[in-house]
Amino acid sequence: MNVFERVFTTLGHKEPDRVPFFLLLSLHGAKELGLSIRDYFSNPDNVVEGQLRLRRKYRHDCYNGFWYAPLEVEAFGGEVIFVEDGPPNSGNPPIRDFAAIDLLRPPVIADHIKLQDVLQSISRLKEASGNDAPIIGVVMSPFSLPVMQLGFERYLDLMFDHPALFEKLIAVNQEFCINWANAQLAAGATAICYFDPVSSPTIIPKKRFLETGFRIARQTLAQFKGAAAIHLASGKTLAIIDEIVQSGAKVVGVSCKEDLGSLKRACAGRITILGNLNGIEMARWSAKEAETKVRDAIFTAAPGGGFILADNHGEIPWQVPDEVLLAISEAVHRFGTYPITR
Amino acid sequence: MPLKKYTGRADTLTSTLQNQIGSFCQSLLSLDRVGIERLLQEGTLNTDPSRFIETIVVPALERIGSDWENGIVSLAEVYMSSRLCEELLEEFLSAHHIARKAQPRIAIAVLQDYHMLGKRMVLSVMQSAGFAVLDYGHVDVDGLVVLMLKDRIDIILISVLMLASALKVKELRKKLTLSGSKAKIVVGGAPFRFDQRLGLHVEADAVGTFASDAPGIVEKLAADSGLTQEVHL
Repeated sequence: MNVFERVFTTLGHKEPDRVPFFLLLSLHGAKELGLSIRDYFSNPDNVVEGQLRLRRKYRHDCYNGFWYAPLEVEAFGGEVIFVEDGPPNSGNPPIRDFAAIDLLRPPVIADHIKLQDVLQSISRLKEASGNDAPIIGVVMSPFSLPVMQLGFERYLDLMFDHPALFEKLIAVNQEFCINWANAQLAAGATAICYFDPVSSPTIIPKKRFLETGFRIARQTLAQFKGAAAIHLASGKTLAIIDEIVQSGAKVVGVSCKEDLGSLKRACAGRITILGNLNGIEMARWSAKEAETKVRDAIFTAAPGGGFILADNHGEIPWQVPDEVLLAISEAVHRFGTYPITR
Repeated sequence: MPLKKYTGRADTLTSTLQNQIGSFCQSLLSLDRVGIERLLQEGTLNTDPSRFIETIVVPALERIGSDWENGIVSLAEVYMSSRLCEELLEEFLSAHHIARKAQPRIAIAVLQDYHMLGKRMVLSVMQSAGFAVLDYGHVDVDGLVVLMLKDRIDIILISVLMLASALKVKELRKKLTLSGSKAKIVVGGAPFRFDQRLGLHVEADAVGTFASDAPGIVEKLAADSGLTQEVHL
């Protein structure tokens, strides 16, 4: 099987030749090229080269089109702060006053150089790789982007106390999100990962999710011109798994804070699981621990297909050593061949 | 040195107190301002307000925090309830001319990263529990050391969201030691919830799993270190 066949077979809830695994690496590309994180993201060619080297090194089953989380809020006028040893952070929120929401318009993708850089990295990656593996594009959900647009605290105040302004902000974000997802698909992304941590029951009550995040996800994903995954970035999913299935997503990113066996039973035949290695602990795992964790996850969730091994957050921290990533890869190749046998 | 593990106090309470705590929790989670004010008035009719805060308010906040960890309530509910509690306690204490606890010098900071919600929640809980806390906002390690030495801080509460920020705590410990500070470091935030050994790794004195752990941790550290002063409300 080639990589596409492997991934599509598991998405069809059948068993491929081996468990597909997505090492969702973004910052590690800078390490491969010997560049600072800031310099790495200054040129789309760096990202292309970084992704190609990472896949050659770790033999995983995707390219990651994701650059950094504040990219989209940067297009809304937000500040991006680079650090030496971690993901770029969102700085002061660009919407300082709720009244400004009335005047807010979706950024035009063609007008923003960083968004254009990401699109170029995706199209060049597709060409340079010979289209030998899926390229995962990423969008922040219209419902979760306001955490960076307003700050988390003020966003919760908006959501709970100012419903009309909340809906206006969501409408602007939704238009942008759909355009941004479709631009990445047009550039060559195979599918879109819709990051929506605020929808997790970890963050908001299920009742509120049903009135907000669920409705927004369903409307938004329906307008993507390609397949989508939903990722709650380490947030719990089990209590809303039926709604995630109904949203139209084909894949769900799941948390290491929930039992993988329970998740497998809830998702089997309905939606593919992406997860759930603990990315924070991973930074201090030994090679042996990595092997054990991978083996346990495979034995629990891989039988029958519908499973892609990955970390549980959607981004592997800078601090995770190469040796651990190599051990994860080795363990998938050793224990992940179908049929899965203990 | 083993990391201090804080366990909430609710398990050892009588059923009457448990019921009162339960009522206070319910009123907080339903954002029932009138109900909370009534409970505050009734609860302090024949009781020292500090006792009411210690036996009802703080355990109620602890229970809500624990319910979040167990998936019973969401972060938004924890935030909204702690914000309301802080606001009403502030009004109540001012209206009754009640001074805050005398206490160790405590500060709170977000180290390196820019995610402020966790700090805000800890601050709300600490203020609801009657502690005065200096808010340093977002700082880097060197800036934090300068502020702590200037203010002669005894206990620093640090909130982080990113792993890279969490790892800076080790650098903070080193620089505080070099500068002669014996301040206790209390850490909290997502990286410490996802890796339970991380607190030990960065040489923190204690880890809070959720915001409402903070008052209990501070009390324990202060008592262990002889920092506790007489409380006069």
